Order: sequence, then C-alpha cells, then structure tokens
Amino acid sequence: MIKLNAPLVQEDVMKLKIGDQVLLSGVIYTARDAAHQKLVDLLKAGKELPFNPQGSVIFYVGPSPAKPGQVIGAAGPTTSYRMDPFVSDLLKVGMKGMIGKGPRSQEVKDGIVTYNGVYFGATGGAAALLAKTITEAEVIAFPELGPEAVRRLVVKDMPLIVVNDCHGDDLYEKGVKDFQKD
Amino acid sequence: MRFIDVKEITGIVKDLCIQACTVANDSLVKSFRESQKKEESEVGKAVFDQLLENIEIARNECTPICQDTGFTVVFMEIGQEVAFTGGLLKDAVNEGVSQGYKEGYLRKSIVKDPITNPVNTGDNTPAILHTDIVAGDKVKIIIMPKGGGSENMSRIKMMKPADGIAGVKNFVIETVKAAGGNPCPPIYIGVGVGGTFDYVAYLAKKALLRGIGKRNSDPKIARFEVDWLDEVNKLGIGPAGLGGRMTALDLFIEVFPRHIATFPVAVNIQCHANREKSFIL
Repeated sequence: MIKLNAPLVQEDVMKLKIGDQVLLSGVIYTARDAAHQKLVDLLKAGKELPFNPQGSVIFYVGPSPAKPGQVIGAAGPTTSYRMDPFVSDLLKVGMKGMIGKGPRSQEVKDGIVTYNGVYFGATGGAAALLAKTITEAEVIAFPELGPEAVRRLVVKDMPLIVVNDCHGDDLYEKGVKDFQKD
Repeated sequence: MRFIDVKEITGIVKDLCIQACTVANDSLVKSFRESQKKEESEVGKAVFDQLLENIEIARNECTPICQDTGFTVVFMEIGQEVAFTGGLLKDAVNEGVSQGYKEGYLRKSIVKDPITNPVNTGDNTPAILHTDIVAGDKVKIIIMPKGGGSENMSRIKMMKPADGIAGVKNFVIETVKAAGGNPCPPIYIGVGVGGTFDYVAYLAKKALLRGIGKRNSDPKIARFEVDWLDEVNKLGIGPAGLGGRMTALDLFIEVFPRHIATFPVAVNIQCHANREKSFIL
C-alpha cells in the first residue's frame, strides 16, 4: 500500500506503476458529464476554474444525497470513458489525477504520458465503502447540477488502484491479458 | 373480485425502493463468497473483499450499495380477479418511487426530456412499469433499480435465422468482451432470444430476475447458460475489469417464439450491484 497526498506532486506521480494499491488522502474534486462540459467551456472562454487545477485530482462521481448527519451519501465512481473528450484540456492546465472506473481512450492515455498524470481505478459500486473515506464535502460550483455539481472533498485513505501510469502502461489491458484463456 | 386501493401499492413500492437500494439479497452475498473462492487474481480477490464489506456497511447504515440507484424498473404480475380503486395504478407506482427516493436519500438520476430538456425530474420518476396479467387475485410487485453504467453496455441485434445458436453465443461473448471493465464486473447477464425487436429486450431484462443459480426449465437452454458462462469467464476481464477469472457470476437465457424471417437477440448486462426486491400482495 502506498500512501499518497492530494493535490499530487510530479515526483510522487512519476513513481506510480500500474497495479499499485494506493491510499489517497487530502483534497480532491468531483465532476462528471455535465460538470466537465462546463469546466471546459470556462477554459475555452478564458475564465478561471472553480478550483486550482495545479496537481488536482478529479473523482468521477455523482453521490447519492447525504442523510442528516452524514458527510456525503454513497459515492462510488462512474464510468470514465464519457469524460474522455474533456481530459486533454484539463491536463493542459495542470490536472494530475483522475479517479473513475473503466478503460480510457488512447487520447487520454497519451495525455497521461505527456503531462505526467495518473488514472486511478476505484472499485465501481463500492459506494458505501468509499463514502466512509470522505471526511468533508462541499459543493463549490454548478449547484444546479444536483448530484453532478462540483464538490470539494477531503478524503482519508481512499483505496485506489493505479490503472494508467505516466509510463504508458494500462492495467485493464495487462490484467485481462494475464488471465485470458483461449 | 378483489379490490385493492392503489394507496397500498404506493406504500409497498416506496419500501421496496429503499430496501432494494440498501439491502443486498442473501443470494447475492452467497454468489460473491462462492466466486471469491474461485478467483485466481489477487486484485480480484481484494475487489470481492471490498464488495462484501460495502454490502455490510450499506445494510448497517441504510446507505445505498451503489450511488447509482438506477432507473426504477417495476414489474407487476396482476391477478385478473383484482380491481384497483382510489386512482390510477401508474400514478400510484410513480408516487411510491417518488416517496422512496426522497425518504431513502436515494440518488435521482432521471432527466425529463432526453433531447430538448434534460433537467432532473427531482424524484427519479417516471418508473418503467411492466405489467403482466396472470391468473388469481394476487399482485406481485418487483422493484429492480437498474444502473446506467451496465445498461449502457447492453446490446440488441436482429440476427439472421441462419446465424443460429453459434451466432447468438458469439454475440453474447462479444458484448461482454466489448463491455470490459465498464459495467462494474463481476456482472450478471440476461439474454433474450426470439419475439420482436421490443419484446426481446424485455425478455433479457426479465431473465435477470429469475434468481441467481436458477437454471432455465428447458434442459437444453439450461445447458447453454452453463456453457456460455464458462466461455465468458475465459475472457479474463475479472472483478472491476482489472484482470481475473470471475467476469460474470451467472447467465440467464429466456426464449420466446420468433417470426420465420427474424432472430432477435438481446443482452442485458447487470452490474454486481444486482438489486431487486419483491412483495406479494
């Protein structure tokens, strides 16, 4: 298990290899389909993002509503490929990490190599478990999007697996190859 | 004739929505435990640990197993001796969904107009309601919250009769392969064969409700279920798609007569959060 802090620094990211099990702590942000469109629209209009993109980690999640006394509702990753078209623009302005589930496009994988980023897999559907690692949650942009609003999260030891590293390796490809039978 | 006030339906639907999203069925837990023993990948075994712990936390805290509490698919088997009073059945079902998703703090994932006005309806309505008229004076209500990630990986194909059973098998395996890690494996697979373009998709969804481990009553079809599951599990996709033996934990086939010129096939993929609760009134 590798303990890692967010926002990420280049030195830490470069050490990560596919298959590494990571416990992530620190500040991360949530965004999914509609929020990504809005974030990229802001960048294209030359405006600032609602958070500092330097070293940032974006978690693809639309949590269920928090019950009274809860920090956040269930919060598992959504499928990542839908966010692929927006990734390059975010990597260019300093985003380092993404948390989601499912394989990425070649363009995203290339971007991860070019900008020294990392893509973490969180176990899809382990939403109650992942929610337990979130200690603070606050909507910071696009509240009109409901579950899709951008949130600032503070996480403690969120269990993740490195799926795409900055050396160009892909655990989805390698893992499946290792267990494929003819 | 038995009269049932639709208010009763509303209450039952409400409770079933909350239960389905937060309390996993025993058969699902059993399926995970047995499959974990067969898993060869270390990462895969760790994923099963996470899933089992997740189910435990969800049950204890009445939190959703998965944040995607789905499109609410409702199946009703209505005895033909039943007459509903006090309002429209459909409205009563939607009211139950609305109350359940609000009171249960379940995520509302439905947008109003799919093309021109995709704003959230705010209460996860409308539900998808399938009704079947059966003998007797009972009403069975089944709630199946269906997540978007696995629904997106489902497929339908109008095959040629000449494609035959080999063609169907191939389509099932190709569909699972193309889905890879996206639909949250380990998955459950519903296959429909026959009927019409619309009916075959319904068959595939209904197949998922048969119950884990239960085989088709036709021994020939049952044999395909076992063989195809075996084939799927040679793909190597594994838990969470990170490589492993257990890609799918069960496969169900439902068939229906077909037109001489057609051979419809549908594959409905269900994620590991295979949620379903039912009640007989």
